[in-house]
Amino acid sequence: MSATTPTAKTSAPAARRAGPAAWLQAAPLGLVFLLFFIVPLVLILAVSFWDATEYELIPAFTPKNYIAIFEGCGQFGDLCVTLKTYVSTLKFCFLAWIFTLGIGFTVAYFLAFHVRTVAMQTVLFLLCTIPFWTSNVIRMISWIPLLGRNGLVNDMLISLRLVSQPQEWLLFSSFSVVLAFIHLFTIFMIVPIFNSMMRIDRALLEAALDAGATPWQTLWNVIVPLSRTGIIIGSIFVITIVMGDFVTIGVMGGQQIASVGKIIQVQTSYLQFPLAAANAVILLAMVLMIIWALTRLVDIRKEL
Amino acid sequence: MHENRSFGFYALAAFFGLFLLFLYGPTITIFVLSFQGPDGGLTFPMRGVSLHWFYKLMEGIGVVDIGSAFVRSLKLGAVVTVLTVTLAVSASLAFRKTLRGGNVLFYVVVASLIMPSIIVSLGIGLSFRLIDTALKAFFVWAGWDGMTDAFTTTMGLYTSALGAQLTWTLPFGLLVMFAVFNRFNSAYEEAALDLGATPWQSFRHVVFPLIAPSVVGVGMFGFTLSWDEIARSSQAIGDLNTLPLELQGLTTTVTTPVIYALGTLTTVISFIVVGITISIMAFARRRARGKSSR
Repeated sequence: MSATTPTAKTSAPAARRAGPAAWLQAAPLGLVFLLFFIVPLVLILAVSFWDATEYELIPAFTPKNYIAIFEGCGQFGDLCVTLKTYVSTLKFCFLAWIFTLGIGFTVAYFLAFHVRTVAMQTVLFLLCTIPFWTSNVIRMISWIPLLGRNGLVNDMLISLRLVSQPQEWLLFSSFSVVLAFIHLFTIFMIVPIFNSMMRIDRALLEAALDAGATPWQTLWNVIVPLSRTGIIIGSIFVITIVMGDFVTIGVMGGQQIASVGKIIQVQTSYLQFPLAAANAVILLAMVLMIIWALTRLVDIRKEL
Repeated sequence: MHENRSFGFYALAAFFGLFLLFLYGPTITIFVLSFQGPDGGLTFPMRGVSLHWFYKLMEGIGVVDIGSAFVRSLKLGAVVTVLTVTLAVSASLAFRKTLRGGNVLFYVVVASLIMPSIIVSLGIGLSFRLIDTALKAFFVWAGWDGMTDAFTTTMGLYTSALGAQLTWTLPFGLLVMFAVFNRFNSAYEEAALDLGATPWQSFRHVVFPLIAPSVVGVGMFGFTLSWDEIARSSQAIGDLNTLPLELQGLTTTVTTPVIYALGTLTTVISFIVVGITISIMAFARRRARGKSSR
């Protein structure tokens, strides 16, 4: 039996056309995403044009929420609050991306090409993934005994006489926010990059070696291009998580650092839904542009 | 691949070791500090070793009833696990055939996975608020005074929060099942069908036993992701918080090791679930290997 359509990707007998039974099998999942994903998104878009008083939402079609968000922008010199927040969020995003990519790629490369037995690979890979299944907030507060005023790092710096008094910038600062991003989200780089690397035909590496390539040349001209898919999927994950983050920035920034996600969260808790919705639409547009740029380079479904 | 280990290997191995230390070090630190003596603080040194802070935890932290939040999270986690497994496995079976509209559904699922959680959470919170408004208006219109007075909100643990968590756990579940079926050898299934098995029989007796270890893995994703979920449920939770949401609130107010005790407790639960899952999968794999060699 051969595939009946060119889009069929599963094994041969599975390529039958779906009957009503298959529809029923997929329907519950589809319904969940319709009710809790599609409808809410449509409502966000609609409500972002609504009006509101302190007590109620008023269906309307007004751009005033968007105007309010960008109030004062475009004036020369000083950036408005919204743009400042976006710049700051993008800065966090870029730092988190660069570091998670660098560390994630190195770890995946070590696991894929330098660990020789499959058993060892599995064990080390599991070691990397296990923390992913534990609480993020716990992993954030676990930095307190290390980075706090009387934490281990400050104790060490003082006893080594590198500094004379405890450093305050270690915790509840931009530094600790970026550190936590790296701590929590490098796994999102490791898994897809490792997956891509395991699919690379090892004969290609020998061919490169035989052709006289140095290890660096092999890495840069063979392995990096062939790991592209994993790199892009990992990047999408890290970038979308950090762009909308409010938990990590909240906890690790001591609730003092602004981010786009945090603005939305605060506005929602004050029930300013139209404003929050307008901010969400802008954030979404921005994230979609980034993803669109990245996905032009890859087909996710082939990679599973 | 028989040459001696190069300098590069040792450099990379050292890097990997440091990465693991970075990954586990802080968690181990708070694990140790949660056994801090009654006079100890949030940082080293340890002032004695005790279970003091675990007892404190049982008594509750301030106004927060940790016990109830713990039970709520366990129950919600169980419901999310069951639904994630059932819906993801069922849908993955449908995707094995050429499903019209399947591509759209697939991209919706992926979109849900990478959508910033605050947007999903806001959207769900907003939807339920609009439902509330509509219901209230309806009760007033219909003249049901009793309902008008009694009704508060449709938001809750098993409505909005459950939905919010499913938008996060189901994509993981479905992608895992996709990966499983992409590597699935359907020869056994074909044999069963050729021998006259009904589709249900071939699923029940052939396909399911083969995918069972991965299904357990999907269940683990469902539970652990729900157990620690904050971002998506945050704006959709209603009146009663889950444990991680309480925990997030506590980070700014609590200044004693009791919060480490809570951290140790939730991490131990996660480890137990992951440990059980990995054991089951390893056991199933060994059994499968034992059978095929017989």
